[in-house]
Amino acid sequence: MHAQAQAKIENVSRRRFLQAGLAGGVFVLAAKFVPETLYSVRAEDSEAKQPFQPGLWMSIAPDGTVTIVAHRSEMGCGSRTALPLILTDELDADWSKVKLEQAIGDPRYGDQDTDGSHSVRSNFDLMRQVGAAGRAMLITAAAQQWNVSPKDCTTEPHLVVHKASGRKLGYGELATAAAKLPVPKVENLQLKQRSEWRYIGKDSNSLFDLPDIATGKAMFGMDATMPGMVYASIEHPPVLGQKIQSYDDKEALKVPGVSKTLTLETVTPPHLFKPLGGVAVIGDNTWATFKGRKALKVQWSSSPNSSYNSPEYRKTLEATALQPGKLVRNVGDVDAVFAKGGNIMEAKYYTPHLAHASMEPPVAVAEYRDGKVLAYAPTQNPQAVQDTVATALGIKKEDVTCHVPLLGGGFGRKSKPDQVAEAAILSKQLGKPVKVVWSREDDIKFDYFHSVAAMYMKAAIGSNGMPTALLMRTVYPPIASTFDASAKYADDEMGLGWNNLPFDIPNQRAENGPADYHVRIGWLRSVANIYHAFAIHSFADELAHNANKDSVEYLLALIGPPRIVKLDLKGDDAEENKAYPVDTARLTRVVEMVAEKSNWAKQKKTPGHGFGIAAHRSFLTYVATVVEVEVDNKGQVSIPNVWTAIDAGTVVSPDNVRNQCEGAAVFGTSLALFSEITATNGAINQGNFNNYQVTRMNRAPGKIDVQVVKSDAPPAGVGEPGLPPFAPALYNAVFAATRKRVRELPLSKTKLV
Amino acid sequence: MVRFKVNGKEQTFDGDPEMPLLWYLRDVAQLTGTKFGCGMALCGACTVHQDGQAIRSCTTQMQSVNGTEIITIEGIAPLHPVQKAWMEIRVPQCGYCQTGQIMQAIALLKDNKQPTDQDIDGAMAGNICRCGTYTRIRAAIHQAAKELV
Repeated sequence: MHAQAQAKIENVSRRRFLQAGLAGGVFVLAAKFVPETLYSVRAEDSEAKQPFQPGLWMSIAPDGTVTIVAHRSEMGCGSRTALPLILTDELDADWSKVKLEQAIGDPRYGDQDTDGSHSVRSNFDLMRQVGAAGRAMLITAAAQQWNVSPKDCTTEPHLVVHKASGRKLGYGELATAAAKLPVPKVENLQLKQRSEWRYIGKDSNSLFDLPDIATGKAMFGMDATMPGMVYASIEHPPVLGQKIQSYDDKEALKVPGVSKTLTLETVTPPHLFKPLGGVAVIGDNTWATFKGRKALKVQWSSSPNSSYNSPEYRKTLEATALQPGKLVRNVGDVDAVFAKGGNIMEAKYYTPHLAHASMEPPVAVAEYRDGKVLAYAPTQNPQAVQDTVATALGIKKEDVTCHVPLLGGGFGRKSKPDQVAEAAILSKQLGKPVKVVWSREDDIKFDYFHSVAAMYMKAAIGSNGMPTALLMRTVYPPIASTFDASAKYADDEMGLGWNNLPFDIPNQRAENGPADYHVRIGWLRSVANIYHAFAIHSFADELAHNANKDSVEYLLALIGPPRIVKLDLKGDDAEENKAYPVDTARLTRVVEMVAEKSNWAKQKKTPGHGFGIAAHRSFLTYVATVVEVEVDNKGQVSIPNVWTAIDAGTVVSPDNVRNQCEGAAVFGTSLALFSEITATNGAINQGNFNNYQVTRMNRAPGKIDVQVVKSDAPPAGVGEPGLPPFAPALYNAVFAATRKRVRELPLSKTKLV
Repeated sequence: MVRFKVNGKEQTFDGDPEMPLLWYLRDVAQLTGTKFGCGMALCGACTVHQDGQAIRSCTTQMQSVNGTEIITIEGIAPLHPVQKAWMEIRVPQCGYCQTGQIMQAIALLKDNKQPTDQDIDGAMAGNICRCGTYTRIRAAIHQAAKELV
């Protein structure tokens, strides 16, 4: 799905020295790499198909300070820490002497779109190689100085040591000499043995920015400023595609601090990351622009999307799910089995739109000057900022410089930089830097929404209670509709848990039905896995109860014997599957781990109290989750305990993996219990945390136990895979507690008592 | 003219009296450790102390700040046991809401030296963390409480 980097490393000290005009002796190593595979949907990735120019990854100053470029965004998943930590380990540097430099958007760094849970996976080898090359050059520099063989030297953190004599030289002392050496070839690099790692896989790792976060010094996108900037808040069309018929800004302009209003053209399909349009209120502080907007009167035209009403749309999706759809996976012959009749189970599942609701709403500050744009934006994808702003203003993408402060959450929303284009367009019109701040209402009403979805499941049950045939259909407006207005099928989302089910069922058929979009559709943490896993693992539990079997034993039987699952995949999915085959032994293992840790077999079965399980592979990672619920006599659900076991292959920071899985349980609680976005006549009904509910501490799981499998397998995803199994595990627990099978999210829509 | 103190320093303000304290702190005083999250006192990202009490600065108008003392995250010095516990337990993920969480937790521990889980849930329920760090926040508050005894 994403670029696998192959590194070619070269020494560009001299070039960097000349460019930056730094004092002498700065050792710089650059890696030039060519990606092998790409995720085809996203236009902004096409640039990455070009061989990259040399990019700069690290330098060592004479005082020993190591500066490492963090080229992926930090939104809370730990990428900004993890990649430099890998490099530091192979360099054998001291992490306390490392500084990070956050990269601007630049194709030379390869893919910078921090999503898809692949920052570590796609950069693990590259970061190791850059670090190892640096270490080799420092060793050579020291050996030359001592007139000994490099083979007789080794390193301790930040020091080269001559083993026989015990002589030592610091990395800073060696930087100038090392900079003059040729860079070793990748094939000649000596990577550390796993046992030699000082940081990778250690429990003691913590986020680089932790002290700044705890003291309020951390700079987020919301905190960025530029000298002489003005503020803007934009009244967007309430319905996608509505145009301004007329507007009256008389009262708005009377608000103290408001200076003027400007209009932005309404977006046309495909929506890409283009601004939505609307009326911008300009002022000298954020509050003035918010207040000004309230005083603004805008008449909007109607839009083709004004017909969008969630209850009717749901009926359409559910009806489509009952019809044959596009075939996405076929094993055996389900029709032949169903034709024989016998014991058939069917179920329909439904999940609503969701909004990302990062704690930091979209925000950007940008300045247009002399045909160039300088922007600061909390973006998951600074190269998409370059593309989007360049297109919006008709300038070259090389003339868009995007700096990336910390992101106050992202969850996929901040891969889409429409607000940065808004700031750049307004700056061009105003001739000064502009900071665009979205209110919470803007954030929720004008999101790139997680799709609403309907699923239909049908199974034929054999004499042993196990399915002999499984038909599954999924229907939802695809992400592709944001990039191609005619797209109705979710081809690129089938790999997210639909065309690769690792169940041992002899006849399987997976289909995808068409759906129209009426809002901008985007990707939200774990994406289609959310609804796919909800349907699959709810249904698996229904089958277990139907067979009168224990849910864990039944799930293990469904997964079946240890094997590599045969899949008929195409393109990038096939490539990825070669490197990361679906291994049922790994899935079984996390199920067994979580069953043991949760004392599954010894649970007391009492009314109002239940356990549920689900196990799902996503982003190449295997996760099993057990949720314990209590349902009181008013039907309120509480979650005393959650147990998760995760096999993400090689892990850089185990504590961060635990934190991500804890967070996934809370994010999962939100979408399982509370969150729902609906539309009436095309406009979104929710707008803030009063009516778009997310989990608060008093409704969050009480305890979350996370077991991280120790593994030498290649690194896989961490930020997202904890989420998909959570909602089905919780719903299965609710069934165990109440004997009530609920088949739609969120649970708050259903009265349990 | 509104007269008040921020982190020990006398300040005056003669702008829009309806401006929320949040936007004064962020846009006028450049104290950006206090965050904007919802604008309706629903999420707690903007929590500061007014005369020692935790308040939501996003719905506190400047006219109601007159004669009071405001402490923001920048005014918490030296490092508070709550901040130390936050780092030791490695609470944050994205970190955006955490200054508000920390200000709320400090206020809680001033009033309640040994809070139970239920006390903590009650006091912290107004502070949303979308990354979902609640179990660590709870653990960090217990740890800070031990140090404060």
